[in-house]
Amino acid sequence: MDIVFYIASAVAIICTVMVITRLNVVHALLYMIVALLSVALVFYTLGAPFVAALEVIIYAGAIMVLFVFVIMILNLGPQTSQQERLWLDGRIWVGPTILALILIAEVAYVLSTHSTPAYTITEISPRQVSTQMFGPYILGVELSSFLLLSAVVGAFHLGRRRQLYPEEIAVSAAAVEQNTSPQGDIQPEPQIQSDIHR
Amino acid sequence: MSETVLHLINVLGILIVVLSIAASLPWVERRLLGYLQDRYGPNRVGPFGVLQTVADAIKLFTKEDWIPPFADKPVFIIAPTVIMTTILTSFAVVPFSPGIGVIDLNIGLLFFLAMSSLGVYSVMLAGWSANNKYSLLGALRAAAQMLSYEVFMGLSLMGVVIISGTFNLRNIVLAQKNMWFCIPQIIGLIVFIIAALAETRRLPFDLTEAESELVAGYHIEYSGMKFGMFYIGEYVGVTLISSMIVTLFFGGWQGPFLPPIVWFIIKTFFFIGLFITLRASLPRPRFDQLMSYGWKVMLPLALLNLLVTGGIVLATGS
Repeated sequence: MDIVFYIASAVAIICTVMVITRLNVVHALLYMIVALLSVALVFYTLGAPFVAALEVIIYAGAIMVLFVFVIMILNLGPQTSQQERLWLDGRIWVGPTILALILIAEVAYVLSTHSTPAYTITEISPRQVSTQMFGPYILGVELSSFLLLSAVVGAFHLGRRRQLYPEEIAVSAAAVEQNTSPQGDIQPEPQIQSDIHR
Repeated sequence: MSETVLHLINVLGILIVVLSIAASLPWVERRLLGYLQDRYGPNRVGPFGVLQTVADAIKLFTKEDWIPPFADKPVFIIAPTVIMTTILTSFAVVPFSPGIGVIDLNIGLLFFLAMSSLGVYSVMLAGWSANNKYSLLGALRAAAQMLSYEVFMGLSLMGVVIISGTFNLRNIVLAQKNMWFCIPQIIGLIVFIIAALAETRRLPFDLTEAESELVAGYHIEYSGMKFGMFYIGEYVGVTLISSMIVTLFFGGWQGPFLPPIVWFIIKTFFFIGLFITLRASLPRPRFDQLMSYGWKVMLPLALLNLLVTGGIVLATGS
């Protein structure tokens, strides 16, 4: 199991680095999906199969699908890669690199001074997770369900087809009449956006 | 050592049997559709046209495997492998009979749901990477459809989990010793079958490849064996879904007189037949009908089923 853990962690780190450095958004998202999958494997090797399954179902299988969906609708062209390339010049990397180096140094220091106890893996079954969730942590579950419900209501509000007021209907009817009048000149066709997305 | 060998035989055996069943299904489907529509179907190659699949496979292998120059090459190549990998990995948790099955995972059901939710990527990436209007439209439809039907596909199975008290598929089968779950969970079964149809993108729900409007949808630019992956992947998916229905609702391998594996295969083939018959009899809905049907009918139904099941189990204390 040890070797599986290390391989999965290495894959997760490499993929995360690739997510940051890719210029093509969809490729970056693909690396992110692989990173999430390897994190799920890390959870599994640490004895949390339930969390691992949820990680795949919720993060990799639902949230990232929505991300890819939105990116596909946006239909980003080659100019976005160009823009990314312009943004990601050398100076941008200085700050994050210094901060990350400080953290790495701290981790190395902690690991070298304190002898960490060898971790023992106790597998947590789904039943144990649920008794905890709906026992001591019920308040957190309820609060997050409030949050989700408000998100659903908000999404419904945004997506709802708005009811027009009577005066608005009159205005739009007048506009339609004006457009269809014989004197009305022919509207220029709207510019169709290029569908080439790279 | 012998245990490892036994395990390997188990894995390879399941893989070969599943793949050969899936590969022969196109012929079964075409013949059955032929009978249902009062025509012959393929009956020229070999006895009763059995070798039609072989002929098709040879054709696919020898065809030019063309990658469009305007496509995103790596993603275009990865996409068909994703669907095969996710579906075939799901077979690892299916308990075929007491002795046959790859792993006895205590989160088996969740593993199946996770793999089926990853299958969406195959279709989405295929449609996007081909850089073709029709395939992009197909991919967008696929993403919306599979994402929404996945929600209550999971919910419809939770009734089974409540009654049996486990995510382990083997224990779920054993819990159906006295009564198959298709009786107490009839609503769950109906919701699951509909969601599963949408998930495999079979005919009443095949808006992602609707020939009459999207030409072929997400796999329009694919040819050769890459197309074959999608084509066979669909049938492997049908086999998987049928065996999951059998495992979860129809007592898995349990049955009198015949050996367990035979029962499992008989039941699975019954549901494969059902899926094919549905294809011959149902028209394709409009896309907005499909979505509103999912969210406004199926989701409340699945939630209601979950609520009632939970209430009954709580009240009877079993």
